Amino acid sequence: MCLSVVAKIIEFIDQTQAKVDINGVTKIITISLLKNELELNDWVLIHTGFAIAKIDESKAMEIINAYDKIDNL
Amino acid sequence: MRFKDTSPKLDKFRSRKIAKKILHSIHISYAKINRNLKLMHVCGTHETTVAKSGIRSLLPNGLEIISGPGCPVCICPSEHISAAIQLAKQGAIIVTFGDMFKVPDSELITLSNTKSNGYDIRIVYSINDAVKIANNNSNKKIIWLGVGFETTAPMTAFTLINNPPTNFFVLSDFRLVPPAMELLLSDPKHDLDGFVLPGHVSTIIGTKDYDQFPEKYNIPCVVGGFDALDFLIAIDMILKQIIRGDSIVENAYPRVVKAEGNTIALKMMNKVFKVVDAKWRGIGIIKKSGFELSERFVKYDAKALLLEPIKSDRDLIKGCLCGNVILGKAVPQSCPHFLKKCTPETPIGPCMVSDEGTCRIRVLYEEK
Repeated sequence: MCLSVVAKIIEFIDQTQAKVDINGVTKIITISLLKNELELNDWVLIHTGFAIAKIDESKAMEIINAYDKIDNL
Repeated sequence: MRFKDTSPKLDKFRSRKIAKKILHSIHISYAKINRNLKLMHVCGTHETTVAKSGIRSLLPNGLEIISGPGCPVCICPSEHISAAIQLAKQGAIIVTFGDMFKVPDSELITLSNTKSNGYDIRIVYSINDAVKIANNNSNKKIIWLGVGFETTAPMTAFTLINNPPTNFFVLSDFRLVPPAMELLLSDPKHDLDGFVLPGHVSTIIGTKDYDQFPEKYNIPCVVGGFDALDFLIAIDMILKQIIRGDSIVENAYPRVVKAEGNTIALKMMNKVFKVVDAKWRGIGIIKKSGFELSERFVKYDAKALLLEPIKSDRDLIKGCLCGNVILGKAVPQSCPHFLKKCTPETPIGPCMVSDEGTCRIRVLYEEK
């Protein structure tokens, strides 16, 4: 039930709603659980029709690049 | 290959080459530790990640990943389902996620059976759809089944704060993950060596609520994400803590999880809910582990609409081991009903119903 999906913001409807692209499917979601921090083309995590987090790519890359740099194979 | 369900940069979390590097690191670390280890996750979606990607088959022998109480559908009390069925029979429209539809109550009656008998039970994707149903059916009472962990509770809180229609009610049985972890760890016989913490629960609650566990029980805890590499990284970080002799909370899923969590969601939950002792199916009462509506929002409480109290003498049918499976104390294969009476087509225990249930996942992805 905690399943969430990643989506890209493609249009703001109003202060509380945005249109997102979920792997090719367009859906209107509620953005009221996030502060006014979203911009067009941001990636967000969606749970049951609500954005619950903005994806922080730089933090993700720090972790994955650290492993990518390991020269063990 | 380009995956369209992530930003292009995050494709790296699907890289076979990097997966091999993380696995190599895990094997090196495990060889240094040189003893059997048992790591638990507490999230049904993690179990799906582990089983679907074959992670168990890639880990060193002796490094065991077990599933803890991470499936909210599985631990939802039988009385919740019985109450929903009774409210449907009283004429209300029951609105819920698909996960709940086939879960049997203690008498093996489901919402699905009840709908087949002509009662109005509807499956939706979001609580927003339930509010639309309430607006379109003003002569009917609409009951939203408030089931889930901290990930799912904020949406109900948001809805109640924003003045839903007067015919909208909530049957609130939300449950909280840290108290269940406390129950497991306070058992002196527990043999856990680390926790992979649930990524999306932690997106809401942050990481501070877990600090008590390393401090009190000296157990490493790492928040994990849901791509296979996210999970492997979390395992690797736990092993490195064990090598260092460390026990702390670390975050291997920082692209969405912040230490403070989602502060807007937390404020809304604090306003709408009060924390109560709550029943977990197959486990019993866990102290301060559930959300009921607070006094200010009690007018939306669907339990007040019940014409008769719901009673249940039992949680599970005789022999069903769901309780022990949920606590990580039994594997599905040890249940006498597993793949005999209890199958994905004819489930009798909640762990065989939900897509996040350990028994169902074991059948779909691992059991040959």
